[in-house]
Amino acid sequence: MLETNIPSGPIEQKWENCRSHMMLVNPANRRKHKVIVVGSGLAGAAAAATLGQQGYPVHNFTFHDSPRRAHSIAAQGGINAAKNYRNDGDSIFRLFYDTVKGGDFRAREANVYRLAEISVNIIDQCVAQGVPFAREYGGLLDTRSFGGVQVQRTFYARGQTGQQLLLGAYQALEEQIAAGTVTMHTRCEMLDVVMVDGQARGIITRDLRTGAVQAHTADVVILATGGYGNVFYLSTNAMNSNTTAIWRAHKRGAFFGNPCFTQIHPTCIPRSSEHQSKLTLMSESLRNDGRVWVPKKKGETRKANQIPEDERDYFLERRYPSFGNLVPRDVASRAAKEVCDEGYGIGPNGTPGGLGVYLDFGAAIKRLGLEAIKERYGNLFEIYERITGEDAYKEPMRIYPAVHYTMGGLWVDYNLMTTIPGLFAGGEANFSDHGANRLGASALMQGLADGYFVLPATVPNYIASNKFKPVSETDAEFVQALEENKKWLQSLFDIKGERTPDSFHKQLGDIMWEYCGMARNAEGLTKAIKEIKDLKAEFWKNLKLIGKGEELNQSLEKANRIADFLELGILMCTDALERGESCGGHFRTESQTAEGEAMRNDEQFAYVSAWQWQGPDQPEKLFKDPLTFEHVHLTQRSYK
Amino acid sequence: MKFALKVWRQHDANAAGSFVDYEIDGITADMSFLEMIDALNEKLLLKGEDPITFEHDCREGICGSCGFLINGLAHGGQKATTVCQLAMRFFKDGDTIVLEPWRAAAFPIVRDLMVDRSAFDRIIQSGGYISVPTGGAPEASAILVGKDKADVAFDAAACIGCGACVAACPNTSAMLFTAAKMTHLNSLPQGQPQRDARTLGMITTMEQEGFGNCTNHGECEMVCPKEIPLEFIGKMNRDLIRAAMNGQTEANVRVDANGKMVD
Repeated sequence: MLETNIPSGPIEQKWENCRSHMMLVNPANRRKHKVIVVGSGLAGAAAAATLGQQGYPVHNFTFHDSPRRAHSIAAQGGINAAKNYRNDGDSIFRLFYDTVKGGDFRAREANVYRLAEISVNIIDQCVAQGVPFAREYGGLLDTRSFGGVQVQRTFYARGQTGQQLLLGAYQALEEQIAAGTVTMHTRCEMLDVVMVDGQARGIITRDLRTGAVQAHTADVVILATGGYGNVFYLSTNAMNSNTTAIWRAHKRGAFFGNPCFTQIHPTCIPRSSEHQSKLTLMSESLRNDGRVWVPKKKGETRKANQIPEDERDYFLERRYPSFGNLVPRDVASRAAKEVCDEGYGIGPNGTPGGLGVYLDFGAAIKRLGLEAIKERYGNLFEIYERITGEDAYKEPMRIYPAVHYTMGGLWVDYNLMTTIPGLFAGGEANFSDHGANRLGASALMQGLADGYFVLPATVPNYIASNKFKPVSETDAEFVQALEENKKWLQSLFDIKGERTPDSFHKQLGDIMWEYCGMARNAEGLTKAIKEIKDLKAEFWKNLKLIGKGEELNQSLEKANRIADFLELGILMCTDALERGESCGGHFRTESQTAEGEAMRNDEQFAYVSAWQWQGPDQPEKLFKDPLTFEHVHLTQRSYK
Repeated sequence: MKFALKVWRQHDANAAGSFVDYEIDGITADMSFLEMIDALNEKLLLKGEDPITFEHDCREGICGSCGFLINGLAHGGQKATTVCQLAMRFFKDGDTIVLEPWRAAAFPIVRDLMVDRSAFDRIIQSGGYISVPTGGAPEASAILVGKDKADVAFDAAACIGCGACVAACPNTSAMLFTAAKMTHLNSLPQGQPQRDARTLGMITTMEQEGFGNCTNHGECEMVCPKEIPLEFIGKMNRDLIRAAMNGQTEANVRVDANGKMVD
């Protein structure tokens, strides 16, 4: 049923063979094929700019006021590439291997190999655009190491790599806008995909300034709309990041891949108040010098600095002596949750029983001196102080895990096409390359690989090998979709209830975090599904909105997105329930080793789950896209 | 903590605006300024009143979406801080706080505290890029960039395009924004072939968009959340002279009606 379209041949020749045999479009004919790109982050801006350069009329949509604000901008650490400039044994194969293993063997080998191959071209492209990567004194590019690997392959631009890569893509995009190849639609949010004869032929949008609901035709639609971590309400995602574009595509027939695979990042600033709106990430690099601990005594009331060394539990070093504080993200997060659940956590000002653990630089400051630590992490200590009011040079930071990235997304084939012909998905919006856990500095790599190199090859191939009957916004399919979406928005106003959109979002987030967060089990997930269904029913009976749809209305924007998060939450829990193994960020308490570590089950679960929408309030149907491993040896990960 | 707020409410660019008074209680010191407005908006919505419209997204000071004047100061006046990262502990219990949108002719008000900054995008369209069609790039290590140049380029590239510099300037000048992008690209070897055309293209559009000139007040530098230094405006002026010395003038660098440089 699911056709992955993975090319035949040896893995290192698949992409080259595939590109060599793709159908092409004559330059003069390209201007006849309109392409819609939704989203202007790394994947979206790169795809829009590149397809514009090739001569396709591109229409790029973003809900932001400028394409430069997409959430790719917030990525800190870096971007991986198999350049081997360090001569430390890196290669395309090794990057491929590390990525499949880091993903706990739940990604497709062929896709990941292509990603590793393209990684080297990305760095060339970005350097030529003027991205100010860190340099050595001799003028060459600097690299650093990152979690889960033993080579230094991460290129970076201070702690703002995502910002600089996005500005590179944004500038290329703006050049094309000026050249007239790309038409930019800012403050314009996608509501739906329009299907004509089984192909995606356009979208419906809402202009956030005027509220106008409009139809747009195209021959191809690309969704590069990011991840759905905000289903948890509190996450490191930007406030407006949402699932609506991919969820509406899912409801039109695009399968959803691995919805339950969520990355929870261990080093975030803990939640401080009921009113908190988002969580702030502190770069993973801090774990190079910071030591993670909690007091050995429950109910400890002394301040961190007054607790003697032998009364501290350095639980990562204790449990994982060989990797210590540098275990992968999923392992570190789970360990922190466990000690806090047992009552050893620390609240603000050292109050016992809170949700937080210490990340302590005391030993590193003694060993290296204050100046060295300031030089390495100064900007992060500043961020920490600005938010918490505490000086982490004097007392340890407090950190706690937070939702950061979603490995799941729309199911795509090797060409990044969804199960809807003509509908493609790139970047975090697709499920493709990270399996059950993403390695640090790989999200930027994947977004740009999809946007600069994969989609600009596979989209023209689709155009060249299909026929497109002329369509117009006045066709029945578009008129009908337009009416359905106007009705949907009006139905939100018609509820006339008593609860604000945010109150539903927070409640959904609490359920998801409790039962579909760092540890999951059948009982909790079953309960969560019921609770979310009840919450969804209440949402549709008791939502309060004011004003109208035909104007700028930020409460309506929220409600429209939360309605989708509620449905997605049910699917995530369903998927988590179905996958009765632990793998990567998905930890089922029923599937663990005697030492409490994640236990994969390759016999039963070596597949991508791809879910098909069956209609409102109907259980979704599961299709299995089997994973086979010919180049990577399946092993149980161990960091002891 | 409890605060009295005076908030500029304006339905759209053409409507008349005015300050409206609000009171908010139950604010804690570690809430961010935007979380305080979130709390107020929840109350307003429950009372059936229109919540305050404001722009925001990442809430970690990097996307550049948020920004308005707090007691007349862009982003509230804390060093290197955007509104989203401004904690309420910097205010005193009982304070009266005045909120206004960026005030600049080139930034028309969309609603309440939200303005239209698309003029910034059009300045970038006029040369704020290096032309590299995807796929044509040389091997990355073939381009050497000295660490000093790379560092200057980075300092300039750190701009988040929030518009605080314009709002703080008595002339509503966009020179700090424009100079930052120009310094980023003009400092790098990759940026040299288009350097003069970029300089003239961006400056032309900046003027066409209705931003004022720089008279060295330095207010922009003070409020910039990324601490972009004023000296970059000096660099921009030197680049303008350089372009003229090279025989490039606004007349012979062909710039179309949109300010796009024509090669």
